[in-house]
Amino acid sequence: MPGIQRIAGRAVALERRDVDTDQIIPAAWLKRVERTGFSAGLFGAWREDPDFVLNRPGAQEAKVLVGGANFGCGSSREHAVWALQDFGFQAVISPALADIFRGNCISSGLVPVETDEDTVARVFAALAADPAAQVVVDVAERTLAVPSAGLLAPFRLDDFARWRLLEGLDDVALTLRHENSITAFETDRPAWLPQVAPKEPAGT
Amino acid sequence: MRCEKNVTGRLFDKVWDRHLVASPQGEPPLLFIDLHLVHEVTSPQAFEGLELAGRPVRRPDLTLATMDHDVPTRGLDRPIADPLAAEQIARLRRNCAAHNITLHALGSIDQGIVHVIGPQLGLTQPGMTVVCGDSHTSTHGAFGALAFGIGTTEVEHVLATQTLRQAKPAAMAVTVDGDLAAGLTAKDLVLGIIRALGPGGGAGSVIEYRGAAVRALSMEGRMTVCNMSIEGGARAGMIAPDDTTFAFLQGRRHSPRGKLWEQALDDWRSLVTDEGAEFDHEIFVDAAALRPAVTWGTTPAQSVSIDDVVPEPESFATPGQQQAAQRALTYMDLKPGTAIRDIGVDAVFIGSCTNGRLEDLRAAAEVVRGRKVHAGVRALVVPGSARVKAEAEAEGLDQHFTQAGFEWRSAGCSMCLGMNGDIIAPGERCASTSNRNFEGRQGPGGRTHLVSPAVAAATAVAGHFTLPGDL
Repeated sequence: MPGIQRIAGRAVALERRDVDTDQIIPAAWLKRVERTGFSAGLFGAWREDPDFVLNRPGAQEAKVLVGGANFGCGSSREHAVWALQDFGFQAVISPALADIFRGNCISSGLVPVETDEDTVARVFAALAADPAAQVVVDVAERTLAVPSAGLLAPFRLDDFARWRLLEGLDDVALTLRHENSITAFETDRPAWLPQVAPKEPAGT
Repeated sequence: MRCEKNVTGRLFDKVWDRHLVASPQGEPPLLFIDLHLVHEVTSPQAFEGLELAGRPVRRPDLTLATMDHDVPTRGLDRPIADPLAAEQIARLRRNCAAHNITLHALGSIDQGIVHVIGPQLGLTQPGMTVVCGDSHTSTHGAFGALAFGIGTTEVEHVLATQTLRQAKPAAMAVTVDGDLAAGLTAKDLVLGIIRALGPGGGAGSVIEYRGAAVRALSMEGRMTVCNMSIEGGARAGMIAPDDTTFAFLQGRRHSPRGKLWEQALDDWRSLVTDEGAEFDHEIFVDAAALRPAVTWGTTPAQSVSIDDVVPEPESFATPGQQQAAQRALTYMDLKPGTAIRDIGVDAVFIGSCTNGRLEDLRAAAEVVRGRKVHAGVRALVVPGSARVKAEAEAEGLDQHFTQAGFEWRSAGCSMCLGMNGDIIAPGERCASTSNRNFEGRQGPGGRTHLVSPAVAAATAVAGHFTLPGDL
């Protein structure tokens, strides 16, 4: 996964709250066994409306999606993040992302930009005034800007998530630095805890 | 052993603390995962990632796979017709074989919805951590486990390390005092709780459900409540284990036996929130004030009592909620002021990880027994697992359903998310015992109303929303 320092580009304003991952990528698309190829399915049902924001001029070049509160609620499907990335989005701005969706964003390198309601409202207003306005997300600085509207605001991102996004780190490799702690923990678990199958298959 | 006594604190802290593998400076802690459940839809890319990195599955003995999301619910003797679903299922078989993971495949008595089979096999126990690439993993919290849904990259992480990196969520208490009225179910209770919370009200939190009305629930009912925690935005839901929990677990295939059972019981009895422990957030719900719930909108938080009418968007507090309500009414083709009982349905679905267990099927069968599904209504029962199906058949429940005109299917997620072709047509309206009424959830353009099994059954008979007592 490549590291991400800074994103600058057009944004798409999706001014709705509680956008669920079933809308972002409908279930029929979850039969794919790959991590790519979801672009055509992104907001599949809503895109049937010719006036939907993703069908407007310039949306194809957008790098940032701006959503309402509780964006990404519902199903844990990481396919929702992959679909947004396949379309070209590199960051999602919202007053509050749903918990699992936020985790999936960080896992796959889609920058989760959570900031206060007022700031998001100002971004919506700036995009309403100028749909082609540049939106800048600086991961290193944890800031969000719409320079043409004179907007510069901080966003919430914990240090560890910031580091992972900046460096594009493999989380499994990071965890395996703690291999000894995991092994020690495993030797010390209560005996009553269930095993699905014997650790070594019978007869080996 | 990590089960120190005399810990003061909340149930959530006790379970959290005993799974801390490492708490490195500047990083979220690493939690050990006691049980990892795997299904066909969210795992293929995780296995592929492992293989590309040349990593083994660390603990196949703590990993269980089944197939549920896109399996057919009829014609199991024939090849799977959908080539994409067939490939996904074949991929799961190959991945489980390659990594020595136990798979309860289609055709096995142990196959079923992942959140139904875990508890059924006795694999879900108090004090455990349980994860799965599915948001309804919160179901397992009914046993006093810490259980939550994860994404596919995290599935790969758990397969490789048997741990997960997690910032500690906040702790929320939902206290439900009073008694549920006769005929009220866990589904009505949880829909009432989510209405009080709002769709994102539980965000960032693990909820502990407590109070007299929660204690009075069966394990099946507790699973229904914890299952829908995610619909209030919560990371997980938990209920402290008690004698109801222990009675459910005793004698199951993976439950401890003999001396180990006694040791486990001693430990499990300590998994309660201590007197005086404080929560980051707390809400109170009066069980006695609840009535059977029906959703009218496109999030599970948008519900009213069956005695009520479709609400006016202006009745909501914020502009965002008003706009959401207006959008929902347009999608649902409903007018404010319409009595819920006057809304007719085209389809009824009884099943899912929320309400696909034996107790749910019994409640629905009792209503339809000796009655007929209303003309023009298509009604489906999909047991939550192959074993639930067999047990229901042993009691003759299938006969009540089929004689009434219901289709009696095999186990899977089915019309809860419509991945397997069990869908409603555009514009059709369905009374469903499932967990999500999102736009298009049961099929593109379909309209979903969430209800309890008893209300779903009565609605199938009447053709419009109704209570069993009204028939």
